[in-house]
Amino acid sequence: MKLSTRHLLGIKDLTKEDIELILSTAQQFKEVLQRPVKKVPSLRDVTIVNLFYENSTRTRMSFELAERRLSADTLNFAASTSSAAKGETLLDTVNNILSMKVDMVVMRHSASGAPHFLAQHIPAAIVNAGDGINEHPTQGLLDAFSMTEKKGTLEGLKVAIIGDVMHSRVAQSNIYLLKKMGAEIVVAGPPTLIPKYIKEAHGVNVTYNVMEALQWCDVANVLRIQLERQNQPLFSSLREYNLAYGIKRSMLDKLDKEIVIMHPGPINRGVELDSDVADGPHSIILNQVENGVAVRMAVLYLLANREN
Amino acid sequence: MSEQQVALSIKRLTHKILENHLELDNTVIIGIQPRGIYVSDRIVDELKTLIAPEKIKYGKLDITFYRDDVRKELKIANKTDINFSIENKNVVIIDDVLWTGRTIRAALDALLDFGRPAKVELCVLIDRRFSRELPIHADYVGRTIDTFPSQKVLVHWKEKDGVDDVVLV
Repeated sequence: MKLSTRHLLGIKDLTKEDIELILSTAQQFKEVLQRPVKKVPSLRDVTIVNLFYENSTRTRMSFELAERRLSADTLNFAASTSSAAKGETLLDTVNNILSMKVDMVVMRHSASGAPHFLAQHIPAAIVNAGDGINEHPTQGLLDAFSMTEKKGTLEGLKVAIIGDVMHSRVAQSNIYLLKKMGAEIVVAGPPTLIPKYIKEAHGVNVTYNVMEALQWCDVANVLRIQLERQNQPLFSSLREYNLAYGIKRSMLDKLDKEIVIMHPGPINRGVELDSDVADGPHSIILNQVENGVAVRMAVLYLLANREN
Repeated sequence: MSEQQVALSIKRLTHKILENHLELDNTVIIGIQPRGIYVSDRIVDELKTLIAPEKIKYGKLDITFYRDDVRKELKIANKTDINFSIENKNVVIIDDVLWTGRTIRAALDALLDFGRPAKVELCVLIDRRFSRELPIHADYVGRTIDTFPSQKVLVHWKEKDGVDDVVLV
């Protein structure tokens, strides 16, 4: 049993069986993380570089922790403090790192498709840790893991993806994954932040009314407003966004059922999520972060163990 | 080995464990996933007829992430379930077949990540002696057999294969 792919570039390339294998392996790693010694020797002969061309707290630390818990050796690269600042190209940088006998590359880049480009030119296995507005596959997987943990199954689960869908690689990975696993999806947010042809492209339903989405769903995955990717204003002000599309405690209290609130982080408190929602009983945001390590361990373990 | 012989061996192994660890006062039983569980389940069932069930501490250990051949073949990980401390306990590890000793080496490494046991013993249904690749031996053995490396020992269980028996092919 193994993955059908050599790299994890996106959920788009995975089969349903791949996703199931990753999630079930992550389940076992989650148990490992509860032990007195939270570490296994599986990847002690593997060296992994974390190549971050874009800022990150959670993803980078989560990957690094996952690598160390698997006993892999790790190298960290941040573009701002490296020779990339002197103009070295991505491919040159990676080839130089690989010549030091590095086996795997975990990379984040602001350009969509950067890991796909790299995969065509280097022999090492690549894990996409977020590329531009394309995909963030390990986030999609850890969201699915957290939903399954809370709700039992993804089959038939009603998931609302709310907020800045346009600029969100998290949304894209979630949609690919949930569709493959048989969940139902509604995307909600301001018309300027929902891609025009998303219904045709992904087969998801669209609403511009957040309350309507909340009433329909079992799980609401709320996205961060990505101001750094918006070249022109797409809504009038953050305050107005919060009033029309932000999720408040009073909205959850009006529902006749208990829904689950998720967020990939970092949260803009008081914009897409109010603090009493983010820290409230509906929220599993910190569980998502906890599960992230186990899911990334599973991905690295399954990709490193390919015979070749 | 026929079904009756397997059942008798399980009974004997259970009594031998109990003989050395009266009432299992400071002793825990750990089965190795996946196939050692069939043996350990039966031994634990047998133990329950001999001592108070609440005295039996029984866990399951998966060793997939500790294997030394991960690069050769990817094995599916099974559930590890040890909901008690093994610190300063006598641990009896149970597996179906002892062959090269590599599984038990991995199991010892995995076990030590849960704490420092006072003593670790090994119980197996079948011991294929003369084919060890590591200096490991079993303390409780159902049956010792001499085999060629090319031969296979197939252990069948009712739950999975419809019948309890051991066949050499």
